[in-house]
Amino acid sequence: MIKFLVNGLLRDRQRSLIPILVVTIGVCITVFFHAYLRGTLGEMIDSTARFQTGHIKIMSRAYAENSDQKPNDLSLIGVGQITADLQQKYPEMTWVQRIHFGGLLDIPDANGETLSQGPVFGMGIDLLSSGSSEIKLLNIEKSLVRGRLPQNSGEILISDGLARRLEIKPGERSTLFTSTMYGSIATYNFTVVGTIRFGFAVMDRGAMIVDLTDIRNAMDMEDAAGEILGYMPNRIYDDQKAAIIVDQFNANHSVVSDDFAPVMGKLKELSNLSDYLVMAEYLGLILVFVFVFIMSIVLWNVGLLGGLRRYGEVGLRIAIGEQKASVYRSMIYESIFVGLTGSIIGTLFGLSAAYCLQVWGWDISSMVKNITMMYPSVIRAKITKETYYIGFFPGLFSTVFGTALSGIGIYKRQTAQLFKELEV
Amino acid sequence: MKKILLGLMIFLPISVWSQIPTGREILIKMDQNTIAENRCATYTMVVRGRRRDRTMTIKSWVKGSEKSFSEYLAPAREKGTKMLKLRDQLWMYSPQSDRIIRIAGHMLRQSMMGSDFSYEDMMEDRSLKDTYNAEIMGSENFLAKDCWVINLTAKVKDVAYYSRKIWVDKENMLALREDRFAKGGKLLKTAEIPEVFQINQRWYPKRMIFKDVLSKGKGTELIVDSIEFDVEIPKHIFSKASLRR
Repeated sequence: MIKFLVNGLLRDRQRSLIPILVVTIGVCITVFFHAYLRGTLGEMIDSTARFQTGHIKIMSRAYAENSDQKPNDLSLIGVGQITADLQQKYPEMTWVQRIHFGGLLDIPDANGETLSQGPVFGMGIDLLSSGSSEIKLLNIEKSLVRGRLPQNSGEILISDGLARRLEIKPGERSTLFTSTMYGSIATYNFTVVGTIRFGFAVMDRGAMIVDLTDIRNAMDMEDAAGEILGYMPNRIYDDQKAAIIVDQFNANHSVVSDDFAPVMGKLKELSNLSDYLVMAEYLGLILVFVFVFIMSIVLWNVGLLGGLRRYGEVGLRIAIGEQKASVYRSMIYESIFVGLTGSIIGTLFGLSAAYCLQVWGWDISSMVKNITMMYPSVIRAKITKETYYIGFFPGLFSTVFGTALSGIGIYKRQTAQLFKELEV
Repeated sequence: MKKILLGLMIFLPISVWSQIPTGREILIKMDQNTIAENRCATYTMVVRGRRRDRTMTIKSWVKGSEKSFSEYLAPAREKGTKMLKLRDQLWMYSPQSDRIIRIAGHMLRQSMMGSDFSYEDMMEDRSLKDTYNAEIMGSENFLAKDCWVINLTAKVKDVAYYSRKIWVDKENMLALREDRFAKGGKLLKTAEIPEVFQINQRWYPKRMIFKDVLSKGKGTELIVDSIEFDVEIPKHIFSKASLRR
C-alpha cells in the first residue's frame, strides 16, 4: 500500500514536487533562523553579561541611578569586604571587581608633548593576580591582535582600531588623562603592550584594558570599585536563582538609608535585554508556532489546489466503491511521505547554511559601527541540539495538518452527483 | 504756566528715556569692571561634591582675553598642576606623569578638577560686548539690589553658551546672577555672586557660586583671595616652557 502510494507520488511529479519544495524551503528557513537567532541573541546576552552586567551586579545606590554614565565619584567603597562576604555566602559563584572609566589616551612626542590623542572607554579588571578569572571570562587572549598580555604593573591593552588611529605600536608609552574618584585630574603613564579586537563595535572603538590595581592608583580608588559582578557556574544564567540572591542581598541592605550603600541587580533588569532574554527562552516555541501556522496555511492551499486537480480521480475512486475514509487516509499517508522528505531535505539544507554562518560568520561591522549595544560585529550562527529537530516535526505536522484540512472536501462529495460530474 | 507744563510734557520723557542705558552700554560698563590688560590673582575653589568637599588654591596670570596661565598651589595631590591658554588652545601639565597634555575637542566641555566649571568656562575671557547682543527685559530686585534683567544672545559662533540671562546691579554694574543656556534653550549652568568688593575703581566678585545644573553635585564656590590689575607679567609665563618650570 505504502509502496503503491510512494510510486504514485514519484510518477506524478505535480502531486509531490510543489508540496516537497514548500516544506523543504520552510524547514530550511526555520532551521537556519533558529541557529542564526541562537547565535546572535546568545552572543549579545553572553557578551553583555561578560562585559557589562555580569549575571548579578552590585553598585552603590547613587551609582546605580546613573550607571550608564559610569559615575566613579559614586563608586562603592570597602569592596574587599563585600566581595569576601559574597564569596563566602555564594562560593559556587565567581565574583569580580570592575572599574569602568572614560578619559583621553594621550601619546607623547619626543619632548613629552601631545603627538596624538583619542577618547577611551576603559575597564579596570584583575589582570595580574594568579587566580584571576578575568582573562578567560573576557576572552582576552583570543582577542589579542598584536603584542602580548600585560604581565607587569603599568602595562595596558588598547583596541586595535584605536592603536591604528593613534599610530601607536605595542611597547610605546601613553598617558591616561581622566579624573580621580574625588574629581581631581588624574594623569598616569602606561605602556601599551598589546592591541585587542573583541568583535563588538562598542568596545572596538576605543577600549582600554588596565589592571585593577593600576587604575585604582591612578584614580585614587583605594578599596573602591564601580561594580562587583557575579557569574553563575559555567556561565549559565539562571534567572530564578539570580532573583533569590538579589532579594536576599537587598533585604540585608534595605534598612540603610545611605546613598552609597550597596544595591544588587540581575542581568534581566540591568541589561535592557529583558525582551531578548524572553525571546531567547521561548525561541524554539516561537519559531515552531510561526512555522506551523504559516506552513499549514500554505500547505492547506497547496492541498486544495491538488484536490481540485485530483477532483476527477477522487470522484472515480469513490464511484468505483472505495470508502471516503480510505481515500482520505491515503491522502494523509501521501502527506506523511511528502512531509518526511521535505523535512529531511530542508533540515540538511538549513543545517548546511547555518554551519557556514557558524564557521565563517558574516561581517557587519560597517553596519553597526555607531551602535551602543553589545551587538557582535561578525554575526555567527550557533547550531544546538534543538537545531537538528526544530524544523523536522513542524515540517511533518504542517504537511499532514494542511492535507487533513484540504481533504475534508472528500467527505462532502455526493455519490449521486459523481457520475454526472465524471461525464463533464 | 501752560507753556511750562507743555515744556515738561515734551522734555520729561526724553530726559527719563536718556537715563535708561542700552543693553550694549551696560555690557561695556560690565566689561570695564572685569576686563583688564593684565591681572594676577589667587583664588580658593571649593567643590561641593556628593561625597565630600574639596578645596583648592589657584594662582593665575591673565593677559587680555587671549593668554592665561594658572598653577594649583594646594592641596598636595593637585599641587604643581599648571594650565596654559594661548588663544583657543589649552595645555595642561601634570607633575604626576610629567607630561604636557593638550586639552581639545569635547574634553573642553568636561568638568575641570571635578568642579562645576568646564575648561571652556575657564577659558572664556572675552568681553561680553564683543560676543553677545543684549536686550534689556526690565528691572528686578536680586539680593536686595536693584538689577537690570538682560537677555544676551551670542553674536559669534564660538561661545560656550548660546544665550544668557543676567541680573546686573544698577549701582556697580556687576552681574549678580546669571543663567546660561544651550542653543535649544536648555538651562546648563547658573551663577550667583553674593559678595562683591571694590578695587582700583572697579567692582569685582569676591565670592561666586557656580552650579552645573546637569550634574548632581552641590555647586562650586570660587573665592577671590587677592587680585591685582594691570601688573607687569613676564613674557615667559605664557609659554609652554613655563609649564614644566
